This record gives sequence, C-alpha cells and structure tokens, in this order.
Amino acid sequence: MSRQSPIRVVRWSGLSIGSVAVAVALTILLAAGPLFLGANAIDKLTTLFIYVILAVTWNALAGYGGLVSIGQQAFFGLGAYGAVRLADAGVSVYPALVLAAVLVGLIAWPISVFMLRLKAGEFAIGMWVVAALAHLLVNLDNLVRGETGTSLIALNAYAAETRHALTYWTALGAMVGLIGILFALLRSPLGAAIQAIRDNEDAAASVGVRVMRTKQIIFVLAAFGVALAGALWLATTITFQPRTYFSVQWTAYMIFMVLVGGLGTFEGPILGAILFFAIEAWFGATGVWYLVGLGAAALLFALFLPKGLWGWVDQRLGLRLLPVGRWLKIDETAPMGTSKSTESGST
Amino acid sequence: MNLLAVDALDVRHGLLQAVRAVSFNIERGETIALVGANGAGKTTLLRAIAGAHAATGGRVSFNGADVTHMPAHSRVAQGIALVPEGRRLFAKMSVEENLMLARAAGRPGAWTIDAVMEAFPNLKARRNARAGTLSGGEQQATAIGRALMTNPELLMLDEVSLGLSPLAVDRVYASLQTLLNSGTTIVLVEQDLTRALRVAGRVICMLEGRIALEGKAADLTREQVTQAYFGLNKTGAGAAA
Amino acid sequence: MIWVNQIIQGVLLGGYYALIACGLSFMFSVMGIINIAHGSFAILAAFGLFLLADQWGVSPFLGLIIVVPAMAAIGWALQRAVLERSSRAGILVPILSTFGLSIVIDNLLFEFFGADTRSLAPYIGSFSYDSWSLSDDIEIGQLSALIFATAVILLGGLQLFLSRTELGRAIRATAEDADTVGLIGVNARLVNATAAAIAMATVGLAGAALAMRATFDPYAGAPQLIFAFEAAVIGGAGSLWGTLIGGIVLGVAQNIGAQINPQGFFIAGHGIFLVILFARLFWGGAGAAFLNSLRRSA
Repeated sequence: MSRQSPIRVVRWSGLSIGSVAVAVALTILLAAGPLFLGANAIDKLTTLFIYVILAVTWNALAGYGGLVSIGQQAFFGLGAYGAVRLADAGVSVYPALVLAAVLVGLIAWPISVFMLRLKAGEFAIGMWVVAALAHLLVNLDNLVRGETGTSLIALNAYAAETRHALTYWTALGAMVGLIGILFALLRSPLGAAIQAIRDNEDAAASVGVRVMRTKQIIFVLAAFGVALAGALWLATTITFQPRTYFSVQWTAYMIFMVLVGGLGTFEGPILGAILFFAIEAWFGATGVWYLVGLGAAALLFALFLPKGLWGWVDQRLGLRLLPVGRWLKIDETAPMGTSKSTESGST
Repeated sequence: MNLLAVDALDVRHGLLQAVRAVSFNIERGETIALVGANGAGKTTLLRAIAGAHAATGGRVSFNGADVTHMPAHSRVAQGIALVPEGRRLFAKMSVEENLMLARAAGRPGAWTIDAVMEAFPNLKARRNARAGTLSGGEQQATAIGRALMTNPELLMLDEVSLGLSPLAVDRVYASLQTLLNSGTTIVLVEQDLTRALRVAGRVICMLEGRIALEGKAADLTREQVTQAYFGLNKTGAGAAA
Repeated sequence: MIWVNQIIQGVLLGGYYALIACGLSFMFSVMGIINIAHGSFAILAAFGLFLLADQWGVSPFLGLIIVVPAMAAIGWALQRAVLERSSRAGILVPILSTFGLSIVIDNLLFEFFGADTRSLAPYIGSFSYDSWSLSDDIEIGQLSALIFATAVILLGGLQLFLSRTELGRAIRATAEDADTVGLIGVNARLVNATAAAIAMATVGLAGAALAMRATFDPYAGAPQLIFAFEAAVIGGAGSLWGTLIGGIVLGVAQNIGAQINPQGFFIAGHGIFLVILFARLFWGGAGAAFLNSLRRSA
C-alpha cells in the first residue's frame, strides 16, 4: 500500500539521524569528562546540566502540557530537603539524591489531582501558593532550623575530587536520562496525545485523548525532574537554606531559558539553558541589572517571539535535530506532479 | 449615489478564501436577500462589511466614503448595523441593558427602547429579564432591537430564523414588515427561499465565495435561484458539453 | 477575649486583602487576564508615595492625588503595550509576559531604592497607631478601620459603576463578548484600556494601604500578589463583594493561625485557600451554594 501512495510519513531525516548520533557521541565524551577536565570545568558543566534539566522539564510542562507553573521551586526545594532528610536517616548520599526525587514525584501525583483542575493563570499562581506552603512546612522541621538551614554533611565523607566527579556523573546521567525519557515519551502514542492537547485541549478530548491522565504524567515527570535538579544543586553547594531553594527565581530562570530557547520545541530549551549559562557567566556579576535583563528578555520574547529562537530557526529552515513529530512527504516523482513537504505534530 | 458599494472584496479565514472578488451596490431603501448554501460566504461577507472581519483585498464604501479599514465600532457610528448569526446577546445582562449598550454608537434617532418595545411587543414583559433566559424568538427580537438602537442607515440581518420555531419566525417577520415598510435599507440572509423572494426587492445568490446570480426578485424564478444556489447550471453546462 | 480580638483584627486585615484583591479580580473578570505583576505594581505605587514623602515632604494622603492617576496611566499603557498583544497570542502568554514584567519592576525598584525595608507610617504621624478601645483587650486601629472602609466603599462604588453607568455596562459587555461589542458601536480596545486604568488605580490605593499599615521592600510584591489571589479565589473570582468576604476569611484564618503557632499566620492563610479551593472544585455545587449563601447574608 505504502509503495503505491506518493505520500509517506517520515519520522527521521538524514540530518536528525546524524544529530542523534552526534548527541550520543557527545554524551560519551562528556561521560569521560572527569578524566581530562579540571575541577572548575567539571563544576561549571554540572551547573549547566542542572539548568538543562530545569529548562527541559519546565518546557514539558508548559510547552507540551499547556501548564504554566510559577511554583516549580516547590519541587526544587522539596528535592533538596528530601535528600537532606534521607541522608540524615542514613541513606547513602548519591542514592538519596535520586530517591528524594522519586519521593517528590510520588507526592506530586496527589498534588496534580487537585492542581490540574485549575485553569491557566489560576494554575500558575496556585502552584506558587503550593511552593510558599511547602517552604513554610519545611521550615517547621527542626532538622532544617528555619531559615538558618542545614548542610548535607554526609558529602564530606568523600574527597573533594571524588565528590565533584560523582555529582557530575549523577547530573549528566539525570540530564541524559530525562531528555531520553521525554524523547521516547513524545515519540510514543502518548506523545501524539500530548501534542494534541497542546494544540487544542477540547478537540483532543473529543477524539478520545485522556487529557487529565496525560497531563498528570507530564506534571509528575516535571516534578521529578525539578526535584532531581534541586537535590543535585544541593550536592554542588552542600548547604540547604530553604529561602534559596524555594525562591521563585528558579522558576524565573526556567521561564527565561524556555522562552528564549523555544517554548514547545524539543531542542529549544536545551539551547536556552546553554544561552542562560553563558549569559550568567558573562553578566551574572552585574547583579540587579542582570535580573532586569532576564525579566525584560522573557517579556519581549513572550510578546514578539513566543516560539523562541529555536521556533524561529525551525520556521525558516524546517530544522529538526531531535525529531519527536512526523514529516508528511509527498513523493516528487509521483504522477501528482506537485512536490510538497509539510509536517504535522511538530516538535 | 449608492448607499453601499462593495468592490472586488476578498476575505480569508486563514488559508481558506471565503469571499472572492465580490462586487455589488445597494441603493438607499432597497431590501436585498442574500442567499446561498452553507459555507457559500454569506456570513463572512456581512461580517466584512460590518468590520468584524478584516478584508484582504477590495473596497467597501458607505455613503461615498471608504470604510474598508475602519474598525467595526466606527462603522456602526457611520450607520452600518449587523444582527450577527447566533444573535450574540450579552446573556448575563438584561434585555434593557442589551438595548442601552447600543447607545455607544452615538446615533440618536427614532429608535429608542420604547420604540423597540412597540415594534416587538413580546419583549415588554421581559424588559428586565436576563437575555440568557429568553426564548429563541425573544432573543432574536432583542438582537434586532439592539441593532436598531444604533439607528442604522443599513441593517444587515444574518439568519434571523435560524433555530426558531415556525411560529416565532412568523412573529419576527411580522415585526420586520414594519421595518421594511419604513424604508430602512436591509440586507437579509435567509435560508427559506420562498420567504426571501417574497420580502426582498433584489436577490443576490452566493456560491463558493462568489456571486452566482443577482437580479430583481420579480424577474427571477424560484428554479433559477435554486440552480444558482446549488451551482447546478455550471455542472449542467459541463454535462452538455 | 484574645480570640475575639484576633478575629476582629483578622476582619480588619481582610479589608486590606480585599483592597489589594480588587484590581486583580476586576482585571480577571473583565479581560480574563491574571496580572502576575499585580503585587509589583502595588509596591511601585508604595515607593512612589515614599519618594514624594521622603524627598518633597508630601503627605502620603496628598500624594495619592498624584500616584493614583499615575497608576491609572500605567494601567492604560500596560493594556496597550503588553496585555492586548499577549492575550491575542493565547491564554498562556499573558502569564509569561506579566511574570517577566514583575521581575523587571522588582529589580528596578531594588536598583533605585536598595534593599532597605520602608514604611509610610512615619509620614502619617500618630494616625498609624491611634486606636479606639472597645475593651481592655480589644482595640481598633484607626488606620485599619480607614483601610477597611476604603475597601468597602471602593468595592461598592465599582459595583454601582458597573451596573449603573454606560461605561460600566460597556465593560461588562466587553468582558462577556469582546467581538460582538464592536458591532453595536462599543470600542472594545478603549473599554479594555479604561478597565485596566481603573484596576491599576485601585492598585495605587492598595499600595498606599500596605505602605502605611506595614513595611515593604522592592521584593514585597510577590506575597501581595499571592494574598490578593487567595482573597479573590476564596471569594469566587470575579465577584466584587465575594472579594471582600474572601479577604476577611483570609485575614481571620491568618490571625487564628498566628495565635496557634508563630509560623501559623502564613500557613493558615495558604491552608484555608487550598481547602476552600478544593472544596469548591470537588463539591462544586454545594460549595458554591454555601459561599453564595454567605455572600447573600453579608
């Protein structure tokens, strides 16, 4: 049948196969990083990996689930807090980071049942309230000692170099794992459902997409990812001060990275995280003006380039490095004569 | 001078071209029936004349002035009124409030709330009821009354009988008769051809975004209109050849 | 008696919450936009009054003559420059753009005024602490009473404005169906810009109330947004009288929480918000009926 039809559905292009191969090679290269990179570079890359996790998960939530949350710092803080608690209970430190994120993911499920009933702006600020409440409740824990905070002292058991390398590998693994899960998820039948919801929630529901369940999966995955990022941040800084971890600034960073990189595109948030990392390195020292610039950039991108830089590239060049959609190719040699290449279910 | 002149008007819905190079004129005091199948472009044409939908090409002139790029509310102030398809009342507001809103047009004249109540007596008892609680016929009367409150020189009515019981349709047309006799210029979209041909002086039939047939109601037979309506003459000619 | 006092103080505090929620609720009901920068604008107004008082010795009450119209002008500009374009791009974009704006405002305020915590209390003399004693335990602060009265008058005035005036009707009609109002001669853009100006003028009043009754700093906008949002949602988003009840419920819950535990003030506030929200979502009909009965009896 497909041989007779001039129309083919294509999921890969030569370029995208190449780019996935490059991504795999890059991952292997990065995995070997601690063997040839200095301590400073290792730390910087660890930070970048955490930013990528934040950007990718927030994009999954907003870009694919249509859920703009201003309260993701709730999970960031809870992930770090969970790691402190688990380590205090005697769990080995690095497993504790991952376990904390899993537990936060479990907590996120019942939260999703409530919060996902809210719409648009109500969900956005509702999540902020959840973050504020989580912050206050964590402060009640004697172990945390209010805003004074505490430290992940168990990390001191490792030599500095070992610790940096272990944290680096955990962050790299977390980043690659989350991107991989998301890539697989978006290419699965569920991915089609997610993109249908993004494009038109009511229409998706009318053709049988289980909107609520699909959004819940994204919500929980995003919460897990952000919690893992929070736990990893703790591993890099060692100290846990609730005010820092439950700060809305984390969500501001996520929004900046995703809006600049490309909301609702797969590659965009990764680009956004790299840009944010570079901007922070160059301008972070300017303090307040740097933050003003981030806010202004988010505002301007939202108004004038809502699909971000990658969306702009994609629109002009049709470039897909990590394709989660499908191309509809109409064969040029077919008797229909016209040649056309459109794509549906875009990234 | 024509009251309304439409010249080579193009209107798009995204990629779909709903109105293609449509041209026609309307004289003051005329009653025109705009007919055509669903999707022929009637509603889009009326909305483009009213300014609710931007034209992609062509020109709309009213009273000799170019209004092609004028926003809807300014066209109402010039004297163009549209009773939109589906009535589009403000459901949470009372009948009286719906009517009062139209004063924003800034065109005082013969049509006041009391005059509307006289023309549509079935609204008298419902004056303070929320528009959302009205029957279909009452809603249509309110929608027409609301448009009349702007004291228009040109009144366009889109599918006034849609979704109404036959009895309610008769009642609406009985009220419209007063309007027709008063000399107001009217464009009427009506699915019921018999009714359309009876009320209108002139008929414009649309097919796939174009005008397929135009002429005086008295000169046209029902069959001619039906053929234009379904595009039968075109396929008929093709089959003969 | 301590509890009675806490509840009375909570009700008075609720007046402030109703005042700050008023603009948020108004903008949401008219334009369907939740302005994330709402709290930041209140702080901007507070700093405006502070600057007038500190630099030129203008009394904060007199300063309102300048700040409220200035806030209205900002509201107009905000609608034209940001909200109009954002809401055309979908329901999510206004959240993102106003969030970006809030970061800009907060940090610019920090750049110009520094991290110091300020208050307008020193500029209004003894009015900030004068009170009427009802008994040994119960005192009603005159400023709190004024803020409460302002909230009631403002909410009542807005209600009258919306139901009785031509512009009020146009605002309601535009809120219901912005496409159709154009067909009856209403300029929806003008109406929305006016509504945004009105909303932001109320934010100016709320900023003044905050700055007189408490302290503020450049980053104090976020909690004000959250309180305003909680009061508006508890009261049933978009209902002006509901907003007053929502503010009172929030204020009373916070004061009772504070009586139980030093940290209980905020926890109880967020807690009551979530409980009422979920009660309404899950037992929607019954919950709404309950709140309606509250609203009617109020």
